[in-house]
Amino acid sequence: MTDLVRVTKLGKSFTLHNQGGVCLPVLGGVSFNIASGECLVLHGPSGAGKSTLLRLLYGNYKCSEGRIEIFHQTRWVDIATADPREVLEVRRHTLSYVSQFLRVIPRVSALDIVKEPLVVGGMANNLAATRAADMLARLNIPERLWSLAPATFSGGEQQRVNIARSFISITPVMLLDEPTASLDAENREVVISLIEEARKAGSALIGIFHDELVRERAATRRIDIQSFTIAEAA
Amino acid sequence: MSTGLELLQHALHAADHPVLNVTDVTRLYGERIGCADVSFKLWPGEVLGIVGESGSGKSTLLRCLAGLDRPSSGCVMLDDEGMTLDLHGLSEQQRRALMRRSMGIVHQNPRDGLRMDVSAGGNVGERLMDRGERHYGKIRSVASDWLRRVEIDPARIDDLPRQFSGGMQQRLQIARVLVSEPKLVFMDEPTGGLDVSVQAKLLDLLRSLVRQLNIAAVIVTHDLAVARLLTDRLMVMKGGCVVEQGLTDQVLDDPQHAYTQLLTSAVLS
Ligand SMILES: Nc1ncnc2c1ncn2[C@@H]1O[C@H](COP(=O)(O)OP(=O)(O)OP(=O)(O)O)[C@@H](O)[C@H]1O
Ligand SMILES: Nc1ncnc2c1ncn2[C@@H]1O[C@H](COP(=O)(O)OP(=O)(O)OP(=O)(O)O)[C@@H](O)[C@H]1O
Ligand SMILES: [Mg+2]
Ligand SMILES: [Mg+2]
Repeated sequence: MTDLVRVTKLGKSFTLHNQGGVCLPVLGGVSFNIASGECLVLHGPSGAGKSTLLRLLYGNYKCSEGRIEIFHQTRWVDIATADPREVLEVRRHTLSYVSQFLRVIPRVSALDIVKEPLVVGGMANNLAATRAADMLARLNIPERLWSLAPATFSGGEQQRVNIARSFISITPVMLLDEPTASLDAENREVVISLIEEARKAGSALIGIFHDELVRERAATRRIDIQSFTIAEAA
Repeated sequence: MSTGLELLQHALHAADHPVLNVTDVTRLYGERIGCADVSFKLWPGEVLGIVGESGSGKSTLLRCLAGLDRPSSGCVMLDDEGMTLDLHGLSEQQRRALMRRSMGIVHQNPRDGLRMDVSAGGNVGERLMDRGERHYGKIRSVASDWLRRVEIDPARIDDLPRQFSGGMQQRLQIARVLVSEPKLVFMDEPTGGLDVSVQAKLLDLLRSLVRQLNIAAVIVTHDLAVARLLTDRLMVMKGGCVVEQGLTDQVLDDPQHAYTQLLTSAVLS
């Protein structure tokens, strides 16, 4: 299978300037590839740097060293050195990040939130709305909530709206940070099948799941983040 | 009339040319630094935020970029329908024409951006007339459509701005600026002075209009939540200088500079 992600000797430390300039090393020497059709699962204890790694891949955190190459359309782009415009371009078409939290936009309805990626991608409004409705139904969001803004939804409902939005138009590379954190068994099943469908469509996924059962079902390969953790500054 | 080929050339040009190319812009007020050595490029459809403490030079910079003030040194190049022009190298008359044609400025105080003695419809319609539209019925219908887009009841088209609330005046100013569909918009604290619920509505409106019209914009704000919601890229200023710039979410979530770390942690506490 073809690689879509190549991570080479990635390292990350945080410098806290306003706390005496203390330097917090988190990751070092991280190297791996992910191919189309794979779901790589990261595991390791809390605070080991799992979320940090996903945020680095998304360009949300700045790399201290190393390369993060993402295959974008016809070429490799190194997220670690790309300018903001390029990162945004890669995010628009190739790279998405699914967290457990929905970024609520004031006054925008659940249906509109879910259909937005399709509309931005050029799909006709009616068709996008139908697809969004199907996705919300699949994630068991009651129809009476579709026209409401999710600000007042429960945590699990917001999370499912977020998943619906993220999986309605899958990207070649998908980063999943505990997307199933507060879901019941039935909805976890839906997410597992969405991940499987994305893989079969050729996406490369990398995910963090706190639930061992989900890990087992979703993973095609596993990495222990601790093998990349800098235990103590030497 | 443009030919298809010319239109295509314009589109290709726009795609790989920055709308705004700023090099080493410095503005001194005597001995005092307004802003110093600011450089960046802004691309079509991009929204750049400028944040920083009071007196850090945000408004000074914005005024230099928008042609309202002249930098002491440095260069502001603008893309104008396929031509690259030096904003401060133009004659006064050419610069005014360029500003009318391709820029919009949203002021913090709506009174600075509106004609207070002209009706709401007149405020919006005037900009269409600037662009050569002469048909009264057409102007009135476009104006009334824009009032609706910024959520002002079109029945109030003949009211004067002073009969509106602060939030409505600000929305009217936005309609006046956007009706001529400028490719480049400058905003200085567009939601300053409004109460929080009015702010949220206005932000939502700005967010969708900027995306729909594919406008490139520079927005000055002291509010990091506003920056996160509206901007793609962020520039952090202190003492007139840019101390950090990058993707908005990266600058806010993983700030590198001591001052940015202070700014982002102040919000949490
Ligand atoms: N923006 C930041 N600034 C400073 N330190 C950070 C930042 N983000 C993460 N860290 C630190 O990096 C380390 C790794 O955190 P991270 O969130 O990646 O852990 P994790 O493996 O995802 O843990 P969990 O399973 O609890 O979610 C922690 O010590 C954390 O405090
Ligand atoms: N017309 C002027 N004459 C002299 N000094 C000026 C003038 N305008 C601004 N300054 C000075 O330039 C510096 C930058 O001011 P500026 O108005 O650009 O700050 P700002 O970042 O917009 O602040 P705020 O957030 O308070 O609006 C300040 O020290 C200010 O006193
Ligand atoms: Mg985590
Ligand atoms: Mg100011």
